[in-house]
Amino acid sequence: MENTIVKAENYNSYFGDNHVVKDVNISINRNEVIAVMGPSGCGKTTFLRGINRMHELIPGATSQGKILLDGENVYDMNAIYVRAKIGMVFQRPNPFPNLSIYENVVAGYLLNGIKVSKADKDVIVEKSLTSAALWKEVKDSLHKKGTFLSGGQQQRLCIARAIAMQPDLILFDEPTSALDPISTSSVEALFHELKANYTLIIVTHNMQQAARVSDRTAFFYMGELVEFDDTKQMFTAPKDQRTQNYITGRFS
Amino acid sequence: MEPRIGIRNTKSMIYKGVIIFFAFVITVPLIIVLLYIIKQGIGQVNWNFLTHIPAPVGEKGGGIVNALTGSFILVMVASVIAIPLGILAGIYLSENPGTKLAYYSGLCVDILQAVPSIVVGIIFYLWLVKPFHSFSALSGAVALAVMMLPIVIRSTEQTLLLLPPSLKEAALSLGVPYHRVILKVIVPCGFAGILSGITLSIARVIGETAPLLFTAFGSSFLSTSLFKPMESLPHVIFTYATSPYDDQHDLAWGASFILLVFVLTLNIITKVITRKWKIQL
Repeated sequence: MENTIVKAENYNSYFGDNHVVKDVNISINRNEVIAVMGPSGCGKTTFLRGINRMHELIPGATSQGKILLDGENVYDMNAIYVRAKIGMVFQRPNPFPNLSIYENVVAGYLLNGIKVSKADKDVIVEKSLTSAALWKEVKDSLHKKGTFLSGGQQQRLCIARAIAMQPDLILFDEPTSALDPISTSSVEALFHELKANYTLIIVTHNMQQAARVSDRTAFFYMGELVEFDDTKQMFTAPKDQRTQNYITGRFS
Repeated sequence: MEPRIGIRNTKSMIYKGVIIFFAFVITVPLIIVLLYIIKQGIGQVNWNFLTHIPAPVGEKGGGIVNALTGSFILVMVASVIAIPLGILAGIYLSENPGTKLAYYSGLCVDILQAVPSIVVGIIFYLWLVKPFHSFSALSGAVALAVMMLPIVIRSTEQTLLLLPPSLKEAALSLGVPYHRVILKVIVPCGFAGILSGITLSIARVIGETAPLLFTAFGSSFLSTSLFKPMESLPHVIFTYATSPYDDQHDLAWGASFILLVFVLTLNIITKVITRKWKIQL
């Protein structure tokens, strides 16, 4: 399908002998917001980190199967290239503490040694921070260290840093689990705006969040992709008994 | 309940008193030593003392410029050898904990740290002095470098281990290659810790006499050649303090004072670096 951006084919992940993600097949469309939910240890984060090949950085971690990005298997590409092409936002805000807000946004260029003119950098910084809904708050303190911002602002700075590399796809690994409710809602509001230009895959253990922000939801349980459907459909009439049990809170 | 609270308060007071007493007891000898060296040494220090080589026995005046230059050169050369090696080894240890090589090299670092300095001196006498039939500044600098290494390695390792893994992930997820992650993110973020390890290691070796006794040896002339014997502050103190002449005793006190000033300054610099340059995570 023309509109598919990421497709997993028989994808498996392991930590040593521990089979964490089992035979996942999923197809994600452009400009969709996908929530990936499931109980702790169900393999949702491992699956996410398989998409941009961050999984293999952990000693002993391996994977099998294909992840197709625009039709090309990321496991046939250079890992560094894959990671530069796909944005990622982590559980805890992790701006570079040695860099200013400005430098943090263009960190992808700075750290990779990509030469960009000052004028272009200014444009990238303003655009990315505006997209991350942070520009108004920080435009007068661009040269202060990023770590002086509040948790929610730091997380939006990390989103701006991902956006600055102009990815098509951004992965979020429980992006609000370390944030307070107000910061959480500011980040969630951002997802709706980002949807216009990017495809978002958001791992969350918060069902309400999945219901609030996503178009489609994938439910993982014990390493399997149990159900993948429209979010509304899944939360009102799940097809699988396990999804039903999870949503109704019989286990978490 | 009333009287028991009284007893508990008294116990608390006694405990506090004991702690303060011992804190005082350990600082007193230190302060006495410091004051004594300052009293004996500060009078010797003048322009002449800092710019002249020692006068022959019986003549007045003379200075320790040869020892000052010597110590400076020895420590510089030792730093050039020990700092890059130490930082690289420290990075390796912090990046690959749990591997066999890291375990054994970590063990070697600990053993190296425990080797008495005089033994280091003898080893480099055998390796770098005997084969060339001459004492040399270079052999002294290498001996000092070996003494610096464990401090630089461990402080680098400990600093980098404290950095959160999320920092590395942030850089890797932007497609930054591993070597650039280390150079541009990990090392700059741990810079204050690495630097304070370096200044501490310099403060440690600048006062070392034992490894220099059989290597750089000493010289009463101003020498800058790495392949000839070279004077150093601790060595000048050792020779003059054990000589029978009062003039030379005075020079030794002056040199002790200068050495003390160096070591104190380096320690203060270390404290300032860790406080001011520490990156807030």
